Formats: sequence, C-alpha cells, structure tokens
Amino acid sequence: MFDKTLAELAKGLENGEFSSVELTQSYLDRIKAEDSKYNSYITVTEEQALAQAASADALRAAGNASAFTGLPIAHKDIFCTKGVKTSCGSKMLDNFVSPYDATVVEKFNAVGAVTLGKTNMDEFAMGSSNESSFYGPARNPWNTDCVPGGSSGGSAAAVAARLAPAATGTDTGGSIRQPAALCGITGLKPTYGRVSRFGMIAFASSLDQGGPMTRTAEDAAMMLNVMAGFDKNDSTSMERDVPDYTADLDKPLAGLKIGLPKEYFSDEMNPAIAAQVQDAIREYEKLGATTKEISLPNTHLAVPAYYIIAPAEASSNLSRFDGVRYGYRCESPVDLEDLYKRSRGEGFGAEVKRRIMVGTYALSEGFYDAYYRKAQQIRRLIQQDFANALLEVDVIMGPTTPHPAFRLGEKTSDPIAMYMEDIFTISLNLAGLPGMSIPCGSTEGLPVGLQIIGDYFSEQKLLNVAHQFQLNTDWHKQAPEGI
Amino acid sequence: MEWEVVIGLEIHAQLSTTTKIFSGASTAFGAEPNTQACAVDLALPGTLPVFNENALRMAVMFGLAIDAEIGKRSVFDRKNYFYPDLPKGYQTTQLAEPIVGAGYVDIETDDGVSRRVRIHHAHLEEDAGKSLHEDFHGMSGIDLNRAGTPLVEIVSEPDMRSAKEAAAYARKIHAIVTTLGICDGNMAEGSMRCDCNVSIRPKGEEKLGTRTELKNINSFRFIEKAIEIEVERQIDLIEDGGRVVQETRLFDPDKGETRSMRSKEEANDYRYFPCPDLLPVEIDDSYIDAIRETLPELPDARRDRFIEQYGLSEYDAGVLSSYRAQADYYETVVQASKDAKLAANWVMGELARLLNQNDTDIKDSPVNADQLSGLLIRIKDDTISGKIAKQVFEVMWSEGGSADEIIEAKGLKQVTDTGAIEQIVDDVIANANAQVEQYKAAEPDKRGKMIGFFMGQVMKATQGKANPGAVNGILKKKLDALCD
Repeated sequence: MFDKTLAELAKGLENGEFSSVELTQSYLDRIKAEDSKYNSYITVTEEQALAQAASADALRAAGNASAFTGLPIAHKDIFCTKGVKTSCGSKMLDNFVSPYDATVVEKFNAVGAVTLGKTNMDEFAMGSSNESSFYGPARNPWNTDCVPGGSSGGSAAAVAARLAPAATGTDTGGSIRQPAALCGITGLKPTYGRVSRFGMIAFASSLDQGGPMTRTAEDAAMMLNVMAGFDKNDSTSMERDVPDYTADLDKPLAGLKIGLPKEYFSDEMNPAIAAQVQDAIREYEKLGATTKEISLPNTHLAVPAYYIIAPAEASSNLSRFDGVRYGYRCESPVDLEDLYKRSRGEGFGAEVKRRIMVGTYALSEGFYDAYYRKAQQIRRLIQQDFANALLEVDVIMGPTTPHPAFRLGEKTSDPIAMYMEDIFTISLNLAGLPGMSIPCGSTEGLPVGLQIIGDYFSEQKLLNVAHQFQLNTDWHKQAPEGI
Repeated sequence: MEWEVVIGLEIHAQLSTTTKIFSGASTAFGAEPNTQACAVDLALPGTLPVFNENALRMAVMFGLAIDAEIGKRSVFDRKNYFYPDLPKGYQTTQLAEPIVGAGYVDIETDDGVSRRVRIHHAHLEEDAGKSLHEDFHGMSGIDLNRAGTPLVEIVSEPDMRSAKEAAAYARKIHAIVTTLGICDGNMAEGSMRCDCNVSIRPKGEEKLGTRTELKNINSFRFIEKAIEIEVERQIDLIEDGGRVVQETRLFDPDKGETRSMRSKEEANDYRYFPCPDLLPVEIDDSYIDAIRETLPELPDARRDRFIEQYGLSEYDAGVLSSYRAQADYYETVVQASKDAKLAANWVMGELARLLNQNDTDIKDSPVNADQLSGLLIRIKDDTISGKIAKQVFEVMWSEGGSADEIIEAKGLKQVTDTGAIEQIVDDVIANANAQVEQYKAAEPDKRGKMIGFFMGQVMKATQGKANPGAVNGILKKKLDALCD
C-alpha cells in the first residue's frame, strides 16, 4: 500500500479496496514505527487524522466524495493548522497553536483530505539542509547520514520514506525543488501568486510560494488542483482561472522546444549530475522534443541578489515575533528592551539571526540604494533573461542542484557553500516563474533531480512534460533501500 | 531681535470606515480592550493584509478637496520599529508614492490674516494600538482595538507664521474632513491628532531654524497654546545664547509646558521598504472622476454661498460653514424659520453656548433644528420676546418639547392686547408719583431714558410677557399726556 501513488490510492478508495480510516491508520502505524530514523515529522496528528478519515469515509458512503476525499497527506509545519502546533521549525513558535487554518490547509480539508501531521523544516524555512530546525534535522531516506535538503526537508523525507503519499511544501529559493531532487521525489513550485500564501508563515513575501511534493507528476497535478486559486485574503494571489492540471498530462511532446542554459552546464558542475541530466534530455529527444542552447546571462547574480532581498523581507516579517502576544517569551524580563532582546535572542536559531542581521543591514539608512535597490534591479534583469529565453523555447531544463545530497554537518560552518546549493533554483523565485524537479538519475546511491522551468502559469505544461518522462522512465519509482 | 515663527503641521485623521484598513475588524470607538482585533490585527503568524477600498476612496476625496494631484499609482511601505502596541513590528504606511500629492488650503485667522497653506502630500497608513500604563496591576496593558484603523496623514509645508494661523489651518482641515464625512473630527477621542513642527528665525532670514516637533495636542486651543509656549521657549533659549536641539517634545497642558521626549540621535532607523504583501494601488481617471461627482459642497464654497445667499457677515459665514453638521443644522433652521440672520444669531449664540457648556456635539444636540425653528417663528410673530425665548430654549434643552408646548404650559405668551397693557400702565403710573413728578420736571429730550423705570415696572407686573414695543408706545403716550 505504501508504494501506491496518490492517484492509485484514490482509485483504491473509490473501488472500496480499503477505507480512508484503514489507509490513514496504516500510515500512522508506519510513521510510529519508522520515523525515528528520519525525523520527518514534528507533529503527528493521529486523533484528528482518524476523525478526518472517518468523515471522509462517511462522505464517500453518502456519494459525496471528490477525487481527493480520504487521501492522507502531510503539511509542512509552516502552514497554520487550527488547534495544532504550528512551529515553523522554531523554538520561537514551539508553544504556538494556531487558532486558524491556512487557506491551503482549508482547501485540503474542504475536499476531505486527511492530515497525517506537520513535517520538519529548516527554522522559518531558512536553510537548504533542514539542519536549522529546532527539532533536529530530518534525514535523507536514501542515506540517513545525508541531509534531505531544505527547507521542506521533512516533507521530502516523508514522501521518499513512504511516510506520507504526498505533502505540501514551500519554496522561497528552492525549498521544494532542492529537497525533492535530493530525496528523489517530484516537487513543483508554482508561479508566484498561483497558490495562496495566507496562513503560510512568511519568510520572504515576494518569493514564497507553496506547492506539492509527491512521488509523481500526476500526483502533483492532483495536489495543485486543490491548492491553486485566488484567495481574497492574499492580495498577491492571482485572480485567474484554475485549469484541471490533470487534463493535459497525456499530451504528446512531439515538437517541444527545450532550452538548455549554458550557464547551468558549466565545468564546475558535478560530472555525474551533468551526465544524468544529459541522459534525461536525450530521453526527451526520443519523445520528439528538440533542444537548443540558450543563455541566462545574469544567472551568477541570482544568489547575491537573493541573499539581499530574502533577508531584507525576512528581517521585517520576523519582527512580529517579539514575545509580546504569542510564541516564546524569555523568563522574567526586567523591562521592555530586555523582553525583546532575550525573547528574540533565545527564541531564534543562528541561521535566522544571521539573516535578520543581514536584512536589517541591507535596509539601513545609507545602504538601501547600494543593496536592496540594486538587488531589485538585478531581479528585473533576471526576469528579462527568462522572458527572452522563453520567446525561443517552451521549457528550460537543467539540473536542480549542483550536487547530490551532502552529509549532515558538511556545510553548516560555511554558509556561502550552503547558499550556493540553490544556485539553479533561486532565479525562478526572483522571476516568479514556475519550476519542477523530477528524479532523473542517481549517483553514489543518491538521487539526481532534473529541473523543468516554464513561463508564468504554465504549470499544466510542466506537469505534462514531467509526466511524459515518468511514463517512459522509472527513476520516480525507485525507493531507498529497505523501503 | 525680531523673530519670525515658522510652523508646519502633520495631521492624522482617522477615516470613518466601518472596518480597518487591512482587515475586516470593526473600527468602532470605545469597545472592551482587544475585542476588535482579529488575527490580522494581532499579527498572528501567516496573516496577510488586504487593503480596504473605502479608505482609498476617502483619501481620494480629501485629495480632490484640497485640489491636489491624486496618485494614480500609490505604494505601501513598511516602517520598521519595535513597540508593544505595533503588533507586526512595522507600520504599513506610504513614503515615496503617496495617494495624495501636493495641494493647498486657504485660511483666515480671526484677526484678519489670510494665507494659502500648501500641503506637501497626504498618505494612507494604519494606526497603532494603545499602551495602557495606568491601573493595570503594576504592568503595562496593550489594547489593539485601534491597531489597523485607517489614517490619512496630512503633511503641510512650513507655511504658517503664528500659532493662530496653525490653529486656523487645523480648523480648516477639520472642516474639510468632517464636511467630506471621511472623519468624525473628534479630537478628544483621538480621531484627529496633530503634531506641530515649530522653529524660529530672525525676521528677514531665509534659512529655517532648527525645529522641534510637538506631540500630544488634542484640541485647537492647545495647538495655539503649545506653539506659543514653545516659541517663547525657543526665543528665550536663543536669546540666552543657547541653541534649539532637533527633538520631539511633549505638550503638557496641565503644567503649561513642553518637555523633551526624544532627540534626533535617539530616533529609529525605520528601514522603509515597499510592503511585499500589498500590490501597488493603481487607479484611473474614471475612478477619480466618479469620486469627484460624490463630493459635497466644501466649507469654503459653502461660506461664500452663506454670504451671498443669506447676507451673513464673513465671520458668521465662516464659523457656520466650518463644521458640516452645524452648517446643515443652520440651513434647516433657515429654511423653516425664513430668517437667516436670526437663525445665525441663535445657532452661534444660545445653541453654541449650551453645546459648549455641556460639551455636546451639535449632532447630539437635545434641541433639534425643527424645535429651534419653531421657537424662532414665535419670536418673529411676536408671540414671545427674545428674552422669553431664551427661557423657552432652556426648557427645551433640559425638558424637551416644542416651543408652542412650552409657551402654553408655562404661560409665557406675550401680552399684546393693548387694553390689558393700558390697564397695567395706568396702575404703574398711579403707584409711582415720585417718578412721575421727576419725569414731568425733566427736559423733554431726557425723558426717553427715564421711561426705562416704568418699563421695568410693567414687565415686572407682567412677568416679562408684555410686548415691549407696545408697552413703550403706551407709556410714552400716557406720560407725555401728563406733562401737558
């Protein structure tokens, strides 16, 4: 049962092969038995999950089930869940029980989905390895000495270890795609504005976007069908029709024009990854696609620009965590300043503090033009690079990450090396474009991810392109040893 | 040395929207603490702002009223600082691209100075909550009901040259926002708040002096007072060889002083940047034109019409048009009583006196415009004298009722029956031999003044109800007859 995709589980429920309660219970049992190895969950919501499963079964018995009714999923602990601890991977919110549901959570609840629990993540989504989590790192199911990637490392590990058939994630600089690549699963970061950010704890508001983390592109389409859409509570969500993302999955790819950015295939890249990605491209050529070398000349500026904009927004977004109304408060503050300094000093971890300081500096009087304004200008250049490229090609492909999963602790003392792991993913967030990562190979027993980039609101196309690959390859079906 | 005073004002006006600028919580004043603060106002993790279009509409109305350029594109920025009554750790405001650009208002002081005061811009922002430091078990309490209330901040150029001008400017802004109906103008409740930037310079000098910013000023009278005190302080300081330090000062009306709150060096670096949770607000001409269509008659136009249509003095017209509810009240009374001058005297006289005395807004006046009109009609048709009318009005204020009901119940109807008056006059003359003799002995041109005594006696005898014109005529006729 744990090897079934969401789509297969949906059929099983529909055909009465098992009930949602049975399905949910078996996942809960498996989490209990196995998750100590991966630390992929922060909170398991057993009681609530079983109650939701029972209502889903009742809904089905009454003939009111939809495609998603009764399917269990996990939510990244960045999404607010009513009555359930929503920690965002931080000591700061270890005591925070949200009084409301994020729009994404509400949408899954509305279609009768079951929430198994809340997955581990880098603290406030700041990290590429899941090592900044207050709850300890999640581990990569392919090799538990390795990181699962981040910040949605818990979601990626849970899906890879078959501890959830699918999970939600969020992606600010690659936080869905990079862990998906490192854990050998499928991850989709939608176009900025496609999925509501309401109730998704903000890291960098102009870059954050929620999306699905699944085993297959088909499952990602099912998830996105639930998640996507305008939300009156999020002014940056787009008022635009939501297509059926499963509708175009089977379209043939003949004539597809694939752009290969020369900047993504440099000599410095891990040769094994380069080779696997080239193999994947050849597979697409077999399916009738043509390739073309393109250039994204400002790629090298993406990481520096991102590490101005994201920390700047974060420094402001995280100001609300002040020990006054909710969250961590230090013991016996002597005055207001002491309350602020110690609550924030003790409540936030090192990486979060580093980014708050960087962001505060970048926005300071006298530095704004040199840093923040300049970074915004670079952002427009990067957008323009993609716009030019997408005039010539339908999709852009390349590696999701420059390296496979690295060892725990390997990069924690070198933040720049850690930041460079996101070099291929970050520019999409700056441009607001959608991107996917799908498994396309393996090196040293660790998965390799192929990134597929499309134009704004081309999620249907991306899912189609990914699905066709998965119909013709079996990288996405491979499971870590012992699973 | 002769000094010139330079003043600029920053006025915060709370907009009369029913819900907050970025959330659906109510903005009503006076609720139990924290009962009108929703998840967004509390800045719970994950919450996002949604801009209230009504606040936009009201800001555009204000911009049109001051003849300003309206920002077709305006942008919200975050002003970052920590304070317990600022839940997000930043205030959402507008810095570089405000909704209202440069405009102006014309002011007149009661000593006859008129001046055009330029407005630099006006922008939309959210109000903070309140910190309650008293009576809270020795701790500070936070009330977030006010957090997120929409404000329009109106920033003037340093164009005012006296405390009186500053107060006149504030009154004019008050008149505009209340006439537009975008702010209730209640300064005591903080619906309209005023910060005054004050500096002095030697007369003739171009360069501006160092300014201080005065806060905590919650009435027009205090604007005048605070500035006068501050100007005096600055002059004394400089003339004693000191210099003014740029700082924020708190006005203390009880002690009649201003005192330092924080200096420029202690000021925050607010790290402004565009709020990524809100898109730029873009509006077009048709949106602006549609709002222009809805604008009511503005105070200056109404004042000019009052002068033209009702023959009022510039002063009376200015006072009556300065507050929309008062101007509306006045016009209702004019229409019913058909006497613009009498109506003006009563609205600005007796009515204003009792409203002030009881600290009551004209909107809540216990005597409504119809009641007052009824009273004026009875003055005009000689049913009662002006003096009796004041008695009737007092009863009306405290007990209610129409003029006719009160006149009837209290028996205050004026005696106009000449037969009855003649009888009383005869009695008075018969009982005042000494005064009659004096009258007779006086030079004819002095006699007019002496009639006052007899008049008083008649009024006493009739409890003021005799028609004074009739009494005067009869007295004169009868006394003069005695002199022949």
